[in-house]
Amino acid sequence: MSTQTKEAIKEKSMIIQKDMLARQFHELSITKETGKKVVYTFVPGNLTELILSFDMLPVYPEINALQSGMRKKSASYIKEAEKMGFSEDVCTYVKCDIGMMLNGNIGPTGEKLPPPDLLLLSYTGCFTFMKWFENLEHLYPGVPVAMLHTPYQEDGRITPDQVEYMVKQLKEDVIPKMEKVSGKKFDEERLAKMMVNSAKAEDLLVRILASAKHRPSPIDAYFAGVYYIGPIFTAFRGTEEAVEYYTELYDEVMERVRLGLGPVTPEGEMKEEKFRLVVEGPPNWTNFREFWKIFYDAGAVIVASSYTKVGGVYDLGFRHDSTEPLESLAKYCMGCYTNMNLPQRVDLLAGYVKDFKADGFLINSIKSCNSFSAGQLMIMREIEHRMEVPVGFIESDLVDPRYFSYANIKNRLESYFQMLGQRKIIMEQETEKIF
Amino acid sequence: MNPLNNILTYCNEVAFDMNFTKAKQWKAAATDRALIGFLPIYFPREITHAVNGLAVGLLGVGDRKQIIKGDAYYQSYICHLPRGIIELALDNSLDAFDGFIFPSICDCVRNLSGMFKLAEKGKFQRYFDYPQNFDALIGGVFYGQELNKIIEDTYQVNGVKLTTENLNHSIALYNTNRKLIREIYNIRQEYPWRLSAVDTYTILRAGLVIPVEEHNPMLEEVVEIISEERGEPMDNIRVVITGSFCEQPPLGLIKSIEMAGCYIVDDDFMLGSRWIQGDIDAHTEDPLGALTHAYLTDSTFSSAMYDVGNPKGKRLVSLVRDRNADGVIFSAASFCDPALLDRPELQKTCDEAGIPHINFQYHENTGQFKVIKEQAGTFSDSIKLWA
Ligand code: SF4
Ligand code: SF4
Repeated sequence: MSTQTKEAIKEKSMIIQKDMLARQFHELSITKETGKKVVYTFVPGNLTELILSFDMLPVYPEINALQSGMRKKSASYIKEAEKMGFSEDVCTYVKCDIGMMLNGNIGPTGEKLPPPDLLLLSYTGCFTFMKWFENLEHLYPGVPVAMLHTPYQEDGRITPDQVEYMVKQLKEDVIPKMEKVSGKKFDEERLAKMMVNSAKAEDLLVRILASAKHRPSPIDAYFAGVYYIGPIFTAFRGTEEAVEYYTELYDEVMERVRLGLGPVTPEGEMKEEKFRLVVEGPPNWTNFREFWKIFYDAGAVIVASSYTKVGGVYDLGFRHDSTEPLESLAKYCMGCYTNMNLPQRVDLLAGYVKDFKADGFLINSIKSCNSFSAGQLMIMREIEHRMEVPVGFIESDLVDPRYFSYANIKNRLESYFQMLGQRKIIMEQETEKIF
Repeated sequence: MNPLNNILTYCNEVAFDMNFTKAKQWKAAATDRALIGFLPIYFPREITHAVNGLAVGLLGVGDRKQIIKGDAYYQSYICHLPRGIIELALDNSLDAFDGFIFPSICDCVRNLSGMFKLAEKGKFQRYFDYPQNFDALIGGVFYGQELNKIIEDTYQVNGVKLTTENLNHSIALYNTNRKLIREIYNIRQEYPWRLSAVDTYTILRAGLVIPVEEHNPMLEEVVEIISEERGEPMDNIRVVITGSFCEQPPLGLIKSIEMAGCYIVDDDFMLGSRWIQGDIDAHTEDPLGALTHAYLTDSTFSSAMYDVGNPKGKRLVSLVRDRNADGVIFSAASFCDPALLDRPELQKTCDEAGIPHINFQYHENTGQFKVIKEQAGTFSDSIKLWA
């Protein structure tokens, strides 16, 4: 049955999130009147609480880019940037964002986004971030840039020296710039109070994502997961609203567990869970629905994904800590998924395969994103070797539709699902023999 | 054979030897030596030299080695350099190496450090995070900590302790190395026909695989030779090449540009060897501090460094002016995000300064240069025509 003919289920949490986003973008569209200052920054290693503590509004160019992808606007934006001289080879988020800016900077709700008053370059887990904001700095001449260099977890851990380095940058560079732009004094107490809310929402998110350990999984931790992480990875972490949203979402998910229900898909509830998968890599946004449909049509549920950890790997225990707000921001930045070294990433993913009792491990390798993609083939070999599960590999892009080949991806996934199906039959037969 | 030919023959042999025979021989000559491989762009080799180590530049395999295993580790849309490096690691060409340094220039090199960890290549695999904060008390302290980690790693390999005296001595040797390279570039600026860009490249690249004590006298000899007139001036234009700081262009590409009528008067091929622009204090009680100070205050411009406040475009234009160049060739490895993301802004700055430019992309193993040669030829002709 086609997607159009079925009524999508709208749960209360979805409505709450939609309202939150509408309010956020509206608030951004009226900054001229309200005088609120605007900070452009990135999702991984974002300092949302700090920005909000100065009563400034964050804007995340990555989110704008992905929204443009979903709204089928990215192709023309990317072309626009390529006309400016950007190579076809480079990250399409950057090109999409620059193209959007050149086309009037219209946000996902159709309202114009304000220009930045501050570019907060939280340089976490991705080299391209630096290049991106160096470019924006030229496109928005005169706008101050605050660089926060986040050291990579090259040793597989966060060291006190690294925390100290980050805190010094916050104190000496980032905060003074925020004070100057906002005209307000840094209020550590206010920041700490927000972090209490952050930790509450983080606790709830961890429990929501862990619910996929149930059979059937009540959620899809990738396709629906990207919606679940929205508020906490962006403008709402540290707010009461975020806590309310996650409380509602948690209750809904628990209700599904109680009723033994599978995940909600755009075509209603998934009836039979045939395969449980762990997915590495971001999704494709230009054909998000079609992409998802290939999975739910086959009864494949994503029980855990690395993409839902780009804005924080909270399941490893990190929580924003109101007793040491700046140190906690530093640790948060360094803990994000793409700031973890490859052996850590392998351990995390192998742990997901085991803990979520996955039948397979799949990589969606994104052309744009070296941060994720470089080394993924080695990750795949390691997981296959360690976990002895079938591994799959597909390629697409985030927001460049030229790199989403539906037929190719569908073929590959169908063969992969077939292989998973055959393996299941063999394993069941073997279990029967034993008993 | 004349002395320059002798030098070039030797450099050619060592610079492109993907088995690193000379470096391995150097290591085998004593038991307390450490052989450390490092990736582009910059690594302060002084800290390895001072503890009885040899830091060897791993710049990819170019067209010198067939990639058999490496392609299975990289998607088609990732640049070529790391697949060559992983090939070397997997076919055991790097087995004599004790450790590896991966400077923080991009996510490919960063993740390659993890691949070396997973493959357990070398006794250590160190990601070397360049600070992007240039305050001595913040980024400077961090840089010092990064250096100390590598010093400790090397100590664990050969048990040699770093002393102030040794580090000062090593700094002095590399100061000489950098000074001689600067001299070669300065002479070439005036008389580019005396030493071709390909030969310059080969001589500099050899310096990344042999001890500095051996490289310095060679450079001195080159300086001496090219201080005298040799070769014939041609009616060529003068260009600066930028964007080739990591994955190296094949020699054929450099040759093609020259043959198309362009003298390459500056470039960023061997940027790591020229990274620090002046001399580093070699008579100090705190040589690590001196290395740090040099990094913070005397680094060249590069796509790997945060440039707000000191934009690369401006620095590129100054370089073009200083070298009295006619134009810029933007030449970047395909899929090299750092170089390619910088390109539009650099081009714009060149436009504003009235500096003509062209651009192309390459792979280290590109074998066809016809198009590039034509492009460079047309560029040269158009500059001559409008001059
Ligand atoms: S390279 Fe990846 S992480 Fe970086 S901006 Fe692009 S998509 Fe985001
Ligand atoms: S060529 Fe560019 S992208 Fe590739 S490893 Fe080097 S710096 Fe990174």
